[in-house]
Amino acid sequence: MKALIRGFWVVAYREFLRLFHQPARLVSSFATPLLFFGLFGAGFNRLVGQMAPGVDFVTFMYPGILAMTVIMPAVFAGMSVVWDREFGFLREVLVAPLSRTGIVLGKIGGGAAIATVEGLMLLVLAPAVGVHVRLLHFLVLVPLLLLLSGSLAAFGVLIGTRLKTQEAFQTVMALLIFPLIFLSGIFFPVAAVPTWLGIMAKANPVTYGVDAIRHVLLGAAASETTGRFAIGLTVLGHAIGPLEEAGMLIVLGALLVAGAARAFAHGD
Amino acid sequence: MSADTPPATTDTPVIAVQDLKRRYGDFEAVRGVSFSIGTGEVFGFLGPNGAGKTTTISMLCTLIRPTSGAASVNGFDVVRHPMDVRRSIGVVFQEPTLDEQLTAEQNLRFHGFAYGMSGAAVAERMRELLTLVELWDRRHDRVKTYSGGMKRRLELVRGLLHRPRVLFLDEPTLGLDPQTRRLIWDHVLALREREAITIFLTTHYMDEAEFSDRVAIIDHGHIVALDTLDRLKDGLGGDIVTLKAEDGARAARELETRYGLSAQQADGVLTFRVPHGDQWLPGFVREFPLRLTSIAVRRPTLDDVFLSLTGREIRDAADEPNPLHRWRRMRRRAR
Repeated sequence: MKALIRGFWVVAYREFLRLFHQPARLVSSFATPLLFFGLFGAGFNRLVGQMAPGVDFVTFMYPGILAMTVIMPAVFAGMSVVWDREFGFLREVLVAPLSRTGIVLGKIGGGAAIATVEGLMLLVLAPAVGVHVRLLHFLVLVPLLLLLSGSLAAFGVLIGTRLKTQEAFQTVMALLIFPLIFLSGIFFPVAAVPTWLGIMAKANPVTYGVDAIRHVLLGAAASETTGRFAIGLTVLGHAIGPLEEAGMLIVLGALLVAGAARAFAHGD
Repeated sequence: MSADTPPATTDTPVIAVQDLKRRYGDFEAVRGVSFSIGTGEVFGFLGPNGAGKTTTISMLCTLIRPTSGAASVNGFDVVRHPMDVRRSIGVVFQEPTLDEQLTAEQNLRFHGFAYGMSGAAVAERMRELLTLVELWDRRHDRVKTYSGGMKRRLELVRGLLHRPRVLFLDEPTLGLDPQTRRLIWDHVLALREREAITIFLTTHYMDEAEFSDRVAIIDHGHIVALDTLDRLKDGLGGDIVTLKAEDGARAARELETRYGLSAQQADGVLTFRVPHGDQWLPGFVREFPLRLTSIAVRRPTLDDVFLSLTGREIRDAADEPNPLHRWRRMRRRAR
C-alpha cells in the first residue's frame, strides 16, 4: 500500500515538474480551443441568435470549450508514458520500489490534475460570456473536471502502454481526438441535429462530460429539451442530468483506469 | 586489487543465483547460470554483446521474470519479494535513464522520494555524492546540457543515493571516450571504497573487467569460466612468450627438443606459454643457441582467456548479430 501511494505521488510530482520546465505546453493547449471559440463565436453568434433566455451561441459553446481545453493535456498523460519508454526513464521508475499500479495512477492523476488546472484557468473568460462563476460552481467543477480528465488520461495511458513510439501514438491520437471533440456537443446541441449525428454524439463519453459542465455553468437553461435549440441532452427519451452523467463518468473512468493498470503491468 | 581480496566464500552471499534461465520464444538468452557473490565484492560479468549479460542483470533487478531457476539479492527472492530486492539495489543501466528535461537535483530528488527517503536525507546525501563526482556546482542545470560523462556520473550518484547494498553497473562506460571512461572508473572505485558496496558489473571491455575481484565469462547464455582474474590467467598455463628468430623453423624444433615447448607459428612469430615467464626469460636468452631477432613475455590478458575458452576473440564475438535483437525484430514484424 505504501509502495502504491508513493508511486502515485512521486510520478504525479514529476509530471508537474516537467510542466514547469515546458511552459510552452501550457500555452499550446489553450491555443486550439480558443481558436475555435473565437472563430465559431464570431462566425455564428449573430446567425444563431438566442438559444435560450440569456444564452447565445458563445455562451452555449463556452462550457464545451472548457471541456475541450481539458481533453488535450489529459490525453497527453499517455504521451508521457511513450516518452518515458523512448528516453529510458521508464526503467528508472520500474526498478524503483514502487507498485506498478501506483505508477499508472500517478501518470493518470498527474495528467488529470494538470488538465483540471488548465480548465479552471479558462474560467477567467466567464464574465466576458455572461457566466457568473460562484464559489459553488467552482467546488462542483473541480471534481467534475478531474473525473472527465481522469477518464481521458486513463484512456491515453491505456493507448500509450500499447504503442511503443511517439509517431504511432500521435497518429492514433490525431485519429481519435477529433471525433471525440467534434462529436461531443461542444459546438451543437445534440437534440437539434440529425438522428445519425445524435447517435454518434451519444455514443461519445465526452458528450456527457460537456453536458454536465454546461449544467453547472448555465444552470436551468442547460436542461431545456424542447424548442428549436433544445440544449438539454435526452437519452432514450429521458432527460439526463449532471449527477447521472457524473455517475457514468465514474464507471467509465474506473474501467479505463483498471484497463490502463492492467496493460501497464503486463506491458513490459 | 584483485590479489588481496579472496573469492567470495562468506557465509551469506549478497547475490545467489541457481540455474537461472530465460527464454524468449525459441531463443534461450540465458541457459542456466549459477553463481554467488559475497559482500563487498566487485563481480565482473564479461562476454560479447548478446551473450546474456543484460538479460541476467534484468532478472536480478526484477525487471524481467526468470523462465526457471532461482535468484536472490540481499536474501530476497527476485520473484517472490521484488519490492525488497528493489530497495536493496541501485542500478546504472546501459542506456541513459535520466529525465533530461529536469535538473540534476530534481532527478535525484525524484529518485530519493521514490525510495522513500525524506527531503532532508536526500539533500544531505545529494550534497555529499555530487561533490564527490564534481557535479555539485552544476546541480541546478538541466540534464540535457550535460555531456555524456557527466550524465554517467550523475547516474552513478543516483544509483547510490538510497544507500543500496548492491550496485549494478550494466556496461557503465558504453559509448564514452577513453579519457571519460577512465574518469568514470576513478569515481566508481572511489565510491566503492567509501560505500563498502557490492558491485555487479557487466562489460565487454576487457580492461574494465580487470577491476573485478572475480570474473564470470559468459558466452551464448552459459558461464564458461568463473574465478579470480589471476586464477583465470594462470589456468592458461603461464605467461605468453612471443619470439622471432632468424630461422623460425629451426627455432621451433629447438624449443620442442630442448625445452619440450610446442610453439604456434604465425608470420614468422613463435608463440608459446611458460609458467612464470619473467623468471624464465633471462636464462633462456643466455642459453638459446640460435640468434633471436626479438623476444617478449607478457601476462595473459582476459582476451587470451576468452580466446582459449571460446575459440574466438571477444571482438569477433561482439560482431556477431545479437540473437536477441533478431528475435525482437521478428516479434515486432509478427505483430
